Amino acid sequence: MQVQTNFAAKSPLPLDAEGTPIKMQARGVKVFYGPKQALKGIDIDIGENKVLALIGPSGCGKSTFLRCLNRMNDTIEHCRVEGLLTLDGEDVYGHNIDTVQLRARVGMVFQKPNPFPKSIYDNISYGPKIHGMASHKDEMDEIVEKSLQRAGLWNEVKDRLREPGTGLSGGQQQRLCIARAIAVSPEVILMDEPCSALDPIATAHIEELIDELRENYTIVIVTHNMQQAARVSQKTAFFHLGEMVECDDTEEIFTNPRDERTQGYITGRYG
Amino acid sequence: MASEHIVRAFAQELHRLSNLVTQMGGVAEAQIAAAVKAVAKRDVQLAAQVMQNDQRLDEYERSIDQEAVRLLALRQPMALDLREIVSALKIASDLERVGDYAANIAKRSLALAQSPVAKPAAAIPRMGRMVEEVVKDVLDAYIERDVEKALSAWARDEELDDLYTSLFREVLTYMMEDPRNITPCTHLLFMAKNLERIGDHATNIAETIHFLVVGEPMNKVRPKNDSSSYAVVSPDMPADTDGASERRGEP
Repeated sequence: MQVQTNFAAKSPLPLDAEGTPIKMQARGVKVFYGPKQALKGIDIDIGENKVLALIGPSGCGKSTFLRCLNRMNDTIEHCRVEGLLTLDGEDVYGHNIDTVQLRARVGMVFQKPNPFPKSIYDNISYGPKIHGMASHKDEMDEIVEKSLQRAGLWNEVKDRLREPGTGLSGGQQQRLCIARAIAVSPEVILMDEPCSALDPIATAHIEELIDELRENYTIVIVTHNMQQAARVSQKTAFFHLGEMVECDDTEEIFTNPRDERTQGYITGRYG
Repeated sequence: MASEHIVRAFAQELHRLSNLVTQMGGVAEAQIAAAVKAVAKRDVQLAAQVMQNDQRLDEYERSIDQEAVRLLALRQPMALDLREIVSALKIASDLERVGDYAANIAKRSLALAQSPVAKPAAAIPRMGRMVEEVVKDVLDAYIERDVEKALSAWARDEELDDLYTSLFREVLTYMMEDPRNITPCTHLLFMAKNLERIGDHATNIAETIHFLVVGEPMNKVRPKNDSSSYAVVSPDMPADTDGASERRGEP
């Protein structure tokens, strides 16, 4: 392993070509659903404290890839994953990996806000509780407040923490789910179309939040909204028919994509 | 180019925008030719027409601006489409300036027509032809999306700069010979400068075409041969370039 001599560098992770530490790495990742191959060998580097957007037509494998990153595919029957996926250089699919721990480190936010049918407070405290992150109530209160603050929801809900989370608006529910993901101090947050059920203002709040979260977390977001990918991400990867066609700086992808297929898709000439 | 847009109206709108630029280019080309002809033939009527016609270019620029802003707002273009629209905006503004220079040449030709024929005036049509060619080639390159053609037009601006510098010296010499030449020669000088500037805008357009087609800005540095800014001509030393006469404090 390379010895880091630069003390300014935050982490001892290997660096990509631009000097960004690589938080997660995929090499030759293939996914099969029974006999059907959904991913045909994906190579990708996910830079620490960056937002990576995955775009592509429906069924291209972007959500499948996202779910590989925290082994959500394990729950799908007949799903087989091949190749190498690492988190901080450690094999995500290694034998000694505890998936509960892994999913605490690599959290997930889904398309439809899915708060537990519990109070706002309990929604946030649930994860830290099962991970034994707080020894008494003061500590838990702090975690709840901090998580809600980071998710930009604290001011809106601080006076009604005991009310059910399902009573919030769609945008608030989604930020509650983000707060819930943050509560267990993840390193990576996966988002699967987090704004597709939200109105433009709620979407803007989430996008602003993603930008703020980037300081402390690595984020991978699947989105069908290309303007959103352009707005929130630093890197964009285009998936097509189970392949990763190209991954580049977001600016490059949206002004001068290398591949005809990417160009066709983002300019609406696909199909 | 990739296959057609799924939304056909968008493709049609982009096509219309590109057509507007092409048409504007045609008008600008005609304006240069007419302005140069007005100088050569001392045709006052033609000159007035050129000045009048400049409005058309302004109108074209306004329409292109409007259409481009509308497309940006309504279609959120990406990649090639985005470059197409940005290029249209840039080229329209270059062509508008080209039109201003042509109109200025026409305006000065009115003054020139009132003075006796100045000998260096013959250089204007020569330079004009060269400018017309460069502008024509660069507009053809736009229509054909031909980067090679754009680059070759871009490179030819050097000759234009050379021609301008030699004309500059020639005109200064005439002025020194006879003060009565000063008025027509000053106008000639500005006309030549206008033509030289038109060439510069043509190179801008060539660079825009490069960006449009290749997707990256052109990194080459254009050779600038217009050294007239450093030229010093004195009666006893017609080709003095080192500024010695200036330092000697000669008239």
